[in-house]
Amino acid sequence: MSQIKNISGRGIPLAGDDIDTDRIIPARYLRCVTFDGLGEHAFKDDRVQTNGQHPFDRPEYQGANVLVVNANFGCGSSREHAPQAIRRWGIEALVGESFAEIFFGNCVAMGVPCVTADAESVETLQGAIAKNPQTAIAVDLEKMEVRCGDLTVSVSMPEGARQSFLNGVWDSCGQLVNQRDAVRETAAKLPYLAWR
Amino acid sequence: MSKGTLFDKVWEAHSVGTLPSGQTQLFIGLHLIHEVTSPQAFAMLRERGLNVPYPQRTVATVDHIVPTENQARPFADTLAEEMIRALENNCKEHGIRFYNVGSGRQGIVHVIAPEQGLTLPGTTIACGDSHTSTHGAFGAIAFGIGTSQVRDVLASQTLAMNKLKVRRVEVNGDLRPGVYAKDVVLHIIRKLGVKGGVGYAYEYAGTTFEKMSMEERMTVCNMSIEGGARCGYINPDTTTYDYIQGREFAPKGEDWKKAVAWWNSIRSDADAEYDDVVVFDAAEISPTVTWGITPGQGIGIDESVPTPDSLPEGDRSIAEEAYKYMQLSPGTPIKGTKVDVCFIGSCTNGRISDLREAAKFAQGHKVANGVKAFVVPGSEEVKQQAEAEGLDKVFLEAGFEWRNAGCSMCLAMNPDKLQGDQISASSSNRNFKGRQGSSSGRTLLMSPAMVVAAAVNGSVADVRELM
Repeated sequence: MSQIKNISGRGIPLAGDDIDTDRIIPARYLRCVTFDGLGEHAFKDDRVQTNGQHPFDRPEYQGANVLVVNANFGCGSSREHAPQAIRRWGIEALVGESFAEIFFGNCVAMGVPCVTADAESVETLQGAIAKNPQTAIAVDLEKMEVRCGDLTVSVSMPEGARQSFLNGVWDSCGQLVNQRDAVRETAAKLPYLAWR
Repeated sequence: MSKGTLFDKVWEAHSVGTLPSGQTQLFIGLHLIHEVTSPQAFAMLRERGLNVPYPQRTVATVDHIVPTENQARPFADTLAEEMIRALENNCKEHGIRFYNVGSGRQGIVHVIAPEQGLTLPGTTIACGDSHTSTHGAFGAIAFGIGTSQVRDVLASQTLAMNKLKVRRVEVNGDLRPGVYAKDVVLHIIRKLGVKGGVGYAYEYAGTTFEKMSMEERMTVCNMSIEGGARCGYINPDTTTYDYIQGREFAPKGEDWKKAVAWWNSIRSDADAEYDDVVVFDAAEISPTVTWGITPGQGIGIDESVPTPDSLPEGDRSIAEEAYKYMQLSPGTPIKGTKVDVCFIGSCTNGRISDLREAAKFAQGHKVANGVKAFVVPGSEEVKQQAEAEGLDKVFLEAGFEWRNAGCSMCLAMNPDKLQGDQISASSSNRNFKGRQGSSSGRTLLMSPAMVVAAAVNGSVADVRELM
C-alpha cells in the first residue's frame, strides 16, 4: 500500500452546505454489484438540473483532482458508492469546511484524504480556483497546508487518519486481520458470545 | 473526555488494541448485511483471498431493492435480481444466516434484528447502512459503515475506529397528545442542527425516553445520524429487558440472569462525565413537519415556513435552496400544503406500534381524492401481526394500499417512487433532494399519525384535529 503525502494537480470548487450522499450518487445507481462505472453518475441529478453548468460538467474543470467543498459534505447515507463515484470521476483529495463522519471514514479506507479549513479560507480557495481553474493546487499532508497559486491555507485532519496516509497504512484490512489472536482474546472476554 | 458512560464501558470491553495509526481496533458483536452495500465487500475478500472467520456473527437480509407489490422471482428489475442473487450466493458460500423474502423473517434490517432478539444491550453493532444507529435503543453501540469497512468486519470481525465524544441529550416530561417519538427526534435535530452531532455519540436520557416503548426508542435512535451523530443510545432498563425476553436469539435460562446483571453493569454511572449536555422540555414539542431539504428544517404544525431573517446566518443559503426546490414561500403556514403521495413505513416508522397508531386515525376516514397512500410494513413479521389484528383491513377500507415488507419509498431503489415534482407526506427519515426516486420529488417528514392526517385531508394537517 502506498504512502500518501502530497496530492497535486488542479482544483474544482463545488459550493453548498449539507450536500448529501443521495445527491452525490442517487439511489437508483446503487443497483449494482460493483463500483465500476459510477464515476459518470456522480452528482447526476444536480448535473441534469444545471444544464451542463455543474462544475463536474464544465470544461475548465475536466481533469481536476482536488474537490473543494463547504460544510457537512457527504452527510446522510453510508453508501461508499458516493466517494467511489467521486474518486472514479477523478478526485484524489477533498478540501472542505467539514465532512460527515461516515463519508470521511469511507474516504480514508479508499485512500482519499479529506482535509478541513475554516469557512473563510475554503471560500477564498473556491474563489481562487474559479478565477483561474488552471492554477496548480497541492494538498500537503506533511505540512498540513493547501497551496493554490500564491495562496496558502492551513488545514487539519484527525491525527490518526493523517498518520495512516503518511505511513501508507490507510487500508486497515491487513492490519486488522493480522491481529487474530488479540481478537480472539477480546471475544473470549465478552459474555454474550457464549449465548448464541 | 467522557467517563463512566455506557459508551465508554462498551467501547472499552470491545477494544482489541491500538493500531499503528492510533485508531482503536474494535470488536463487532453483530454485523448486519444487506444486498446494496455488501456485494463489493465480498468481491474484495475474494480479491485478497480472505475468508470470514466469524460467520455466525453476521446476519443478512434483503430490503432496499425488494419490490413491495409483486415479489415473484426473478424480480422484474434485472439489476435488483442480480443483487439478491449475489447476496444469496455470498451467504451460502460463507455460511452466513440469511433471511430471504418469504422466509417469514425478512424485512428492513433495522426492524428484523431487534425482532429476532439479535440486537442486545452492551454489544457493538455495525451495518453498511447509516440507520444502524437504530439499535442503540437497546443500549448497544451501533453505527453505519461503508463497504470497505463491511469487508473489514467480514474479514476480521473488527473495525479501525476513532472514539467518539458523548453528548447527553436529555428530554424530560410528558409528551402532549398527538406528539410522538418522531416529533421528539425531529425537534432535537431542528435545535442541534444536522451537523451538530458530528464527532459525537448521543446518549438520550431523561424521563421522556424512560417512559417510551422500545419501538419509540428505536425511532429516536434511528434518526441520530440525521443530526450528524453516528450513533445514539439509551441506557437499557426493564422496558428493554421485557422486549428482549423470549425472542429467538435472546439469552435463555441461566444465561438470561447473567445477561441482565451484565446489562445493568454497563449502564452509564450516576456520576458519569459527558463531553456535552443539552436539556429539552417535552412540553415544548409540537407535532413536527419538515418543510425543506434537510431533516433539520423542521417546524411545528402551527408554524410557517421560516423567513430568511428569522434564521441564523449560517442556515440562510440552504434555506434559499430549499424554498426553491420545495416551491414553498417563506412565511406560508405549513398546514394546508397540498400533498400527492402519503407513505407509511421505513426503518424509522414501519413497526407494529407505528401501524397501530396510524390505523387508529385511518379508521372511519377516507384518503382524499387524488392522493396515493400506501402502507409498507417494516418486516414480514410486522405484516403478519398487523394482518392478525385486522389493521390491513382498516387501511384498505380507508383507501390506503397494503404492501409487502421492504424499504420502499424511503429511498426508492425499488419500484415505489415519486413522479416529477410530486410532494409526499412521509414517515421516513430523509427529505433530501431526489431522495424518493424523482430528481424533483419533494418530501415532508412527519410521524405516521400525521401522515394519515395528511392523507385524509389531502394536505398537511394537524393530527390532533382527528382525535
